[in-house]
Amino acid sequence: MRVGLVVVSHSAKLAEGVAELAAQMAPDVVIVPAGGLDGTLGTDYDAVTTAISSAQRGAGVALLYDLGSAKMTADLAVETLGDPSTAAVVDAPLVEGAVAAAVAAQAGGSLDYVISAAASALALEVDDGELNGTEFVLTNELGLHARPASAVVRALTGLDADVAVTYAGKTADARSVLNLLALGVPAGGRIQVAATGPDAPEALNRIANLIARDFS
Amino acid sequence: MPCDAKSVAAAVLSAADTITAHRDELVRLDQAVGDGDHGENLNRGFGFVRAALEKSIPDTPGAVLKLVATTLIAKVGGAAGPLYGTAFLRAATALGDASELTADLLVAALRAALSGVVARGKAEPGDKTMVDALTPAADATGTTIADILTAAAAAAQAGADSTVPLVARKGRASYLGERSAGHLDPGARSTALLLNAFAKAANT
Repeated sequence: MRVGLVVVSHSAKLAEGVAELAAQMAPDVVIVPAGGLDGTLGTDYDAVTTAISSAQRGAGVALLYDLGSAKMTADLAVETLGDPSTAAVVDAPLVEGAVAAAVAAQAGGSLDYVISAAASALALEVDDGELNGTEFVLTNELGLHARPASAVVRALTGLDADVAVTYAGKTADARSVLNLLALGVPAGGRIQVAATGPDAPEALNRIANLIARDFS
Repeated sequence: MPCDAKSVAAAVLSAADTITAHRDELVRLDQAVGDGDHGENLNRGFGFVRAALEKSIPDTPGAVLKLVATTLIAKVGGAAGPLYGTAFLRAATALGDASELTADLLVAALRAALSGVVARGKAEPGDKTMVDALTPAADATGTTIADILTAAAAAAQAGADSTVPLVARKGRASYLGERSAGHLDPGARSTALLLNAFAKAANT
């Protein structure tokens, strides 16, 4: 049972495209596009309401939107649900937020977790500074791109540990796909992974395993 | 003259006619600062309202406004749908199941409509939105429905006119920044048009 997503957009094509992109990294998450109104640009209250029902699998539904009036339609649709606490509108950039939400939902995160993952999607700024951690060399073909990054996030789900990844003088939160992507680690890149907290050894162990099998 | 559900429905129908008559004007205003769909969206939404009311008129003034609200929410794709939908929905709630509209209920409905729009759109006076027309309108007072609506309509138009020099801080026009100054806000204009149509209906 995973959190479902609804993509609310003025454009049917945009909603479908965002849903398609987010689904690539979250094969088991229900992502329902709700874009356009009667074949033209606009947001469709009834379509959003229907999309929320389709995306609802019992763990809640997060709604992402493109522009202000789409947020209003999404807010109205949530407020008029039988139980408004079963869905929430996320203030996040649409594309980055949808990807982050999808990865968080794929990992089995709660609605609150998915919302905060999406809302912090734009935290692309990685900190300067090196960490003393365990060194790994990425031997997969493409480095730390989207799928490996989401594999790292998924592997850490449920662990009580803060995990940071350092590359070329920059440090990212290993629980954020977009943060990891912002490091831009290429194939053959040397990263340092540092973990703190009760589950730190297990976190390092899981990341070591992922890297050893080239994230496959 | 008592103002029952039929009178309210008649006022809504005349407002729908007003929107149709001003469709092109609203399109032009919105093309200048927004996405250009305000006139068409509103005309389309009120077209569905007209069709619903011509089919059957609900029993109470509040139920008429609720029908307007749900129709606009479902049929208007731009910001006007949720904003006007929320305005009419809050107004309907303020009227409750009263069989006739009174001056006191009208004042309460206007204030409820304003607070609904503010809650939905998060705009404040001076942001160059319909709130600039609705805020002074909701302060209208009077002893009769006609007096209140006449005052509200005049205040709304003055409020709409005051948006011309403003720089938009909410809605699609806000992306234009300084370039939005010098244009009448389409949402403020449509608010003034609707209230003017209601005032005219109350005075006939």
